[in-house]
Amino acid sequence: MISNSINRKIITLLKVQYSNMLEYRVEIGLWAISGIIPFFMLNIWTNNNLNESINISDVMLSRYFLCAFFVRQFSVVWVVFSFEEDSLMGKVSPYLIQPLNPFIRYFAQHIAEQITRFPFALIIAFFFFIFNPESIWIPNLGILLLSIISTFLSFIIQFLIQSIVACLCFWTEKASSIERLLFIPTLFLSGLLAPVASFPEYVKSWIYLTPFPYLIDFPANLLSGNQTSVFGGFSMQILWIFLLFPVFRKIWSAGTKKYTAMGS
Amino acid sequence: MNPRKYFKVYTKFLHTSLASELEYKTNILIDLITAILSLIGSIFLLSIFFQNNGSIGGWEFEQALIIQGIYTILNGITNTWFNPNLTEIVKHIREGTLDFVLLKPIDSQFFISLKKINPSGFLEIMLGIGLLLFCIRINQINLNLSFLTLFLITIICSICILYSLWFFISTTTIWFVKTWNAIEVLRSFLYIGRFPLNSFSFTLRIFFSVFIPIAFITTIPSEVFLGLSQLWEIFLEVFVATVFLMTSRKFWLFALKFYSSASS
Repeated sequence: MISNSINRKIITLLKVQYSNMLEYRVEIGLWAISGIIPFFMLNIWTNNNLNESINISDVMLSRYFLCAFFVRQFSVVWVVFSFEEDSLMGKVSPYLIQPLNPFIRYFAQHIAEQITRFPFALIIAFFFFIFNPESIWIPNLGILLLSIISTFLSFIIQFLIQSIVACLCFWTEKASSIERLLFIPTLFLSGLLAPVASFPEYVKSWIYLTPFPYLIDFPANLLSGNQTSVFGGFSMQILWIFLLFPVFRKIWSAGTKKYTAMGS
Repeated sequence: MNPRKYFKVYTKFLHTSLASELEYKTNILIDLITAILSLIGSIFLLSIFFQNNGSIGGWEFEQALIIQGIYTILNGITNTWFNPNLTEIVKHIREGTLDFVLLKPIDSQFFISLKKINPSGFLEIMLGIGLLLFCIRINQINLNLSFLTLFLITIICSICILYSLWFFISTTTIWFVKTWNAIEVLRSFLYIGRFPLNSFSFTLRIFFSVFIPIAFITTIPSEVFLGLSQLWEIFLEVFVATVFLMTSRKFWLFALKFYSSASS
């Protein structure tokens, strides 16, 4: 009975958000295009034969960057920007009275956006294969399933980190600038611009303890068939989720206690 | 057209927007850290490219740093002037407040392009200049008057091209209303301005010098900086910048014919 009503809630939320997102399909299409930076990076790598020194062949590297593109497409998070706008506009107050954590609503928004984005990502991949026909490959079903799970886990890690930053809106007005600050290490260390395998030793020695390589490098390696530790990657992803979730719960409950609506 | 009037109005713009931006002091500090980290990140990425190669596309590491410096300066200019103003156009058109701008006894393009200023971009400009000064030392460049004038001319042309690109996309808001993501696409294309044009493959090089002249924006000023550029390149850049500026002006006047106030 209870599970039935929860199911209904999830389906309704997703349906509403999906139809909402479909209205912005051009927007989302453009957004998908703006994620093609990995392909420019690939061009630099292969055009200058930089990959010879790190022992990754042209084909494997192009698969890697294609997968990095895909993982990035399905783990983009923007909750802090939505939440900041909602809290500045005073929309958070009505959300708070509803018997549903507002972040569940944002979560559904993100999932719906990913579903809308899927065809665009496929079209871009199609063009990628036209230009690089030698890199076509079909990952086997098990690998595909595992990498979908790890992409989803990467999405959850980023969603949790950003939700924690978003909760800072209760204390400061512009939490998004903190998010922009956090985005810099994510950009350079996650493997979006260069595979973590190519990093110098003094970075590699500590980077695997941070969440960054598990955001893009690990799922992309898994999907593209490059060398990676499946067990280690998954356990670190789950570990980070277990570490971040209580922090989010704490900061959320502290923030809502602190919250006063405009004009109070 | 009365230059003194415009100058007076501009000082007022500066005064009001600085006053309002300085209310968020912590924000400026966070933006400074973001700019520094972002520069460190790009130099880190460059060092990965160069760790086993002496040169990329004919550029050595010390020379490629010049491109980073120029990119940082231009990015600072974008963040100081273009980004805050031109994202405002979207707001004007969505909320119908463009009417008020058009009714003012002042040029509308001047008003919407220069109204706001974001001081945190200054720090980025200074960082870039600092990096360039460092590059002068490590590349042993002789400073003389003709070098400085040529460099200033090319930089000013780059700024004009950059401005026109931003303004062009923002103008399309009149038809499409929401162009946030088109701006994101431009941003991701501009990202390749961090690297020498010669490091890309032939097709991309053509694309980035003919369709979106990002090549002109950073590569030619850097070549001037190194004393490597041909005279025709500088003339070409001046020509492209003039064409872009004039087109952006024409396009704005053309687009205004299609502007109908909100809900009309």
